[in-house]
Amino acid sequence: MLAQVAADPWVRWSWVRDHTDDIGDSLQEHLVLTGLTLAIGMVIALPLGVACHRWKRLYPAVLGVAGVLYTVPSLALFAFLLPFTGLSRTTALIPLVLYTLLILVRNVVAGLESVPADVREAAEGMGLSPARRLMRIELPLAVPAIVAGIRITTVTTIGLVTITALIGQGGLGSLVYDGLLRDFRTPLVVGTALTVVLATLADLGLAGVQRVLTPWARGR
Amino acid sequence: MRRTRSGAVGAFALTFMLLLGACGGSDDDGVTAGQSESKGTCAGFKGTEELTVGGTNFSEQEIVAELYAQCLQAAGYKVDTKLKLGAREVVQPALERGDIDILPEYVGTLLTYLNGSPTTDLPKTLSDLKASLAPKRLVVLTPAPAEDKNGFAVTKATADRLKLKKLSDLQPHAKDLVFGGGPECPERPLCLQGLEKTYDLKFKEVKRLDSGGPLTKDALQKGDIQVGLIFTSDGAVPARNFLVLEDDKKLQPVDNVVPIVRQDVLKGDVEPLLNSISAKLTTEGLSELNKRVDVDKADPDDVARDWLKANGFT
Repeated sequence: MLAQVAADPWVRWSWVRDHTDDIGDSLQEHLVLTGLTLAIGMVIALPLGVACHRWKRLYPAVLGVAGVLYTVPSLALFAFLLPFTGLSRTTALIPLVLYTLLILVRNVVAGLESVPADVREAAEGMGLSPARRLMRIELPLAVPAIVAGIRITTVTTIGLVTITALIGQGGLGSLVYDGLLRDFRTPLVVGTALTVVLATLADLGLAGVQRVLTPWARGR
Repeated sequence: MRRTRSGAVGAFALTFMLLLGACGGSDDDGVTAGQSESKGTCAGFKGTEELTVGGTNFSEQEIVAELYAQCLQAAGYKVDTKLKLGAREVVQPALERGDIDILPEYVGTLLTYLNGSPTTDLPKTLSDLKASLAPKRLVVLTPAPAEDKNGFAVTKATADRLKLKKLSDLQPHAKDLVFGGGPECPERPLCLQGLEKTYDLKFKEVKRLDSGGPLTKDALQKGDIQVGLIFTSDGAVPARNFLVLEDDKKLQPVDNVVPIVRQDVLKGDVEPLLNSISAKLTTEGLSELNKRVDVDKADPDDVARDWLKANGFT
């Protein structure tokens, strides 16, 4: 598609200069959508994962539902949601949040499951109630797996946010979309490059968070 | 362990606060303030209501939506825009729901979407469209002369070589030519089915590309196809030396640009204001606007602003 536009440079810097506000707004919207998606996703996934850990029979059912939701195309979800939630941020967030659940719940459960049996028995022996055991021992020890899940989810969400350009949201996706619609390389390249940079920075940042949260794992 | 736990919880909370902290932004991507000190047709209208102008995902929609929005704003309305939206399937529910108040549409295409049958007769098509939209409390205003409908284009070189002016001239040559259109074209009565039925055109090969998009235009220019579906108001027609063949047997129904407005907001000067814009909007004018956005890569809002000024609206 781009082959014929020989005269069109990959980036027209004059366009970038004239549109710094638009690019900044898109970047901000992208961060907002990603942040909200992960925050809401964790608020749902954390208790759900704990519940799945406690009541084992729940786990396959939750994974099954999350797995099916993961396969629903976002466009179909948008079409389904539009009559109810309209062209709002909510319509953009619902599919994005649903897509995070599969990985987040799985990692919360994996994290809790990774707690060594002797640690759990020791906590029990110290007389900690199940709730305190969860808060003081199990969740902190599950942090590496949970943050690993958040890292994967963050990177995929940063990519997925772009699709919400279809309903007038989309952050950097609106730049990519504009570039595709007009066969115009500059917004396409700028939108794509910023998305990749954002995903990389988020991944590195979360790797740092993971380090801070698990001081016992350092220096290994 | 004790320190670790509180550290872990604190850092978790911090992470989420950082993520949420970015959420204060408002989405004030409305129309940038147009200069309203200069007098023009738009400033002659008056209104203060809040209106949302929508548009789907191609430049012409964005340009015409900007024309409406900027003129309304110059008249004093508080205007928000929701542009580059997905297809009609996204926009029509939004319009019925009131997320959008005003939308540039096309009389024929919209009537087809609503399961009606547009014809080459504009008043008939218009009255059918009005009847279909009335139950949804949507009003059809006066259409512009500008039409954006399926056109079938060849390069000027092909036209000269085969002496083509109108679609019926293609009949003896079609068996040697490759046709390109949208992926849905072979199933659409106004596209390949219509060309076969009305013009008896049987092409050597049919390529499923895009509906008058970059793939079709590039393929036409490069010679991968010789006949391509191109929309009549496309800026590429003048920019790339294409010739849209005349629809001499009237296959294509009318498809004039027309504002659709929610009945609830159709008060005061909204109708005369939008009609005054439509009156000045021609197919040639629209192709030129499209060329500036699609080919010259100017911003739709700037192009709309220039047009409004040049035509005495602002």
